[in-house]
Amino acid sequence: MSLTHHIPHLLGIEGMTEKDITPFLDLAESYALLSRSRNAPRDVLQGRTVINLFFEDSTRTRTSFELAAKRLGADVVNMTVATSSVNKGETLLDTASTLNAMHCDLLVVRHAQSGAPALLSQKVEASVVNAGDGMHEHPTQALLDGLTIRRHFGRLSGLKIAICGDIAHSRVARSDIHLLRAMGNDIHLAGPPTLLPGALGTLDGVTLHHNIDDALKDADVAMCLRVQRERMGSGLVPSAREYFSLFGLDRRRLALAKPGALVMHPGPMNRGVEIASAVADSPQSVISEQVEMGVAVRMAVLDRLSRMKNPA
Amino acid sequence: MSSILFENVRLIDPASGRDGKGSLLVENGRIAAIDPKEAPKAARIVDGNGAVLCPGLVDMRASFGEPGAEYRESIDSGIQAAVAGGITSLALLPDTDPAIDNPALVHYIRRRGEETGLVSIHPYGALTKGCAGVEMAEIGLLKKAGAVGFTDGARAIADTKQMRNLLAYSGFLDTIIILHPEDPSLAKGGCATASPQAVKMGLPQIPACAEAMMVARDLRLAELTGARIHFGHISTGEALGLIAEAKKRGTRVTCDTAPPYFAMTEADIGDFRTYAKLSPPLRLEADRQAVLAGLADGTIDAIASDHSPADADDKRLPFAQARAGGTGLVTLLGVTLRAGLPLLDALRLLTVAPARLLGLEAGTLTIGAAADLCLFNPEEEWTVAAGDLPGRAQNTPFDGQTLKGRILRTFHHGREVFTAEGLSS
Repeated sequence: MSLTHHIPHLLGIEGMTEKDITPFLDLAESYALLSRSRNAPRDVLQGRTVINLFFEDSTRTRTSFELAAKRLGADVVNMTVATSSVNKGETLLDTASTLNAMHCDLLVVRHAQSGAPALLSQKVEASVVNAGDGMHEHPTQALLDGLTIRRHFGRLSGLKIAICGDIAHSRVARSDIHLLRAMGNDIHLAGPPTLLPGALGTLDGVTLHHNIDDALKDADVAMCLRVQRERMGSGLVPSAREYFSLFGLDRRRLALAKPGALVMHPGPMNRGVEIASAVADSPQSVISEQVEMGVAVRMAVLDRLSRMKNPA
Repeated sequence: MSSILFENVRLIDPASGRDGKGSLLVENGRIAAIDPKEAPKAARIVDGNGAVLCPGLVDMRASFGEPGAEYRESIDSGIQAAVAGGITSLALLPDTDPAIDNPALVHYIRRRGEETGLVSIHPYGALTKGCAGVEMAEIGLLKKAGAVGFTDGARAIADTKQMRNLLAYSGFLDTIIILHPEDPSLAKGGCATASPQAVKMGLPQIPACAEAMMVARDLRLAELTGARIHFGHISTGEALGLIAEAKKRGTRVTCDTAPPYFAMTEADIGDFRTYAKLSPPLRLEADRQAVLAGLADGTIDAIASDHSPADADDKRLPFAQARAGGTGLVTLLGVTLRAGLPLLDALRLLTVAPARLLGLEAGTLTIGAAADLCLFNPEEEWTVAAGDLPGRAQNTPFDGQTLKGRILRTFHHGREVFTAEGLSS
């Protein structure tokens, strides 16, 4: 989060403290309840324009942001920019000046390049929300994961949390690690060495495992990350079946975790690769609740950034 | 012709080891006398007020955008930056568009240098056609045309057998082969040194050992073929260790580094600062210390600017897509003086050492030598400000930093080619 400039942005979780994070979670929690009772306050973002600027396809995240903005009464525009053109960068900065001319208030950005929302934030007059940039960060995903965990345990600290899958290429993993560390949890990362950067082991409160069983033992939360099919046979992992056999979250492995441990996944899932269907659909799975909290967290983020930008 | 008498200067000539107060007389573009008893009455007097007068700097590794990318830096614009940095001899990399891979282009670069007349420009020839690493360039003809060495610039030659043949063939020409030491397949797609910070930033990484791996291969090939090789912009302790051992064995190897590798670290790319995106990428602190040690113990033979111009549009991109490289001409002396070396040693690495590597008659204060001179105040500070630097390219990795060591005047063949603001010319 960047509050030093006069325009507030949410570009990443890195650097945020418990004090920065908790207000987002508290507000999101109240929005979750209001959403369930169909009582979201439609005047919060009335007259504000939210643009969802997606340089990378993502129906789920875009829909979640769109719903969040609409529930608070904002005018929402979705822009999907083709990234196939050679001069992607030109498009990025040209788009920034276009958006400035449109007087948009909140800009939600998804981009395949790490740092692209940060670059855009230097050029636009809107508050920028990073909706996922390359392998860098996906801050609203971390907030919604944190909120989901907090609702089940009544706290977001002192928990053993296992994160398994393609951590090397995952912005979700990075944001989750920053958030869970900031809140004071014991984080265990598991995956094959090609998908698990050794450098993450240098962070306090983070332990690396190449044996997923060790990571899951007595865990309160078992979080799976998507392992893209493209990684298979690319020299990083030999095959999907080997990955599932050695690293997939199945019932036997889940039994190593604490009874009632939460099963989480940011989606979309590759069933039979990183997670067995029996686990994904088990009563311990909170994957659907993550999606629900996603909307609430994004309402809270849009609301708070808008308030910081326009203090009452 | 005219005469100039430099008085009240600290004369430093690394070639002879001289460092002391004195005066120097220039006549007809050449150094006529040191501490002359008398000077022609008509001589122009330059009072140095105790400033250092040394040979003009010799930069053995710079790129301009000419031909092909003059919008980044042309020869005309680049030499404005060079003379402001006290540089009077420049060796230009050949990986332009087109590459300097035929004799006519070598002549073209030399002639463009002569037209400007402000600095001596020495072209490198391409080692392979188009600097593409596949087909051997006509290096014998290029040498006859005046190429001072051969290199593919910022590209390494991936094919080991091809490299062996190139080195073997170059042997009979007694020339220097300048190499970019980075394993190309390991570096492919990467833009930052593998480190915790690069992991957090989510940037594609290059392990630092990509440099040592290539250095190890090419040292073995140099020993096999007897070729004379030189590694450009060495940036890791591991590679320096290999080079130091090879030198002890008698391998014909030398190397240079560039100021960012002993003055900056990978932490400087924080917040996706594309002006600090370089090739090779900035390293960790331990490697920076190793480069400083390599400068002090003589493993590193020269310091080059590694001037690599980019325009704003090349750099205003997401980090991984931004062009690698930084300018370095204007800041060459100031950043080098930060390395903590004795002044005489620092200036040796910037003058006579690179001149000898390339066989240039430059970089000394010998009587009869061309009067290429740099007058600078080693104590005066100035602040680097991208946007206000001489030359076209402004992509300095040192933006905002204060450097000690201000160039006051630069002379090329006895002609004053740069005068600092506020001084009369």
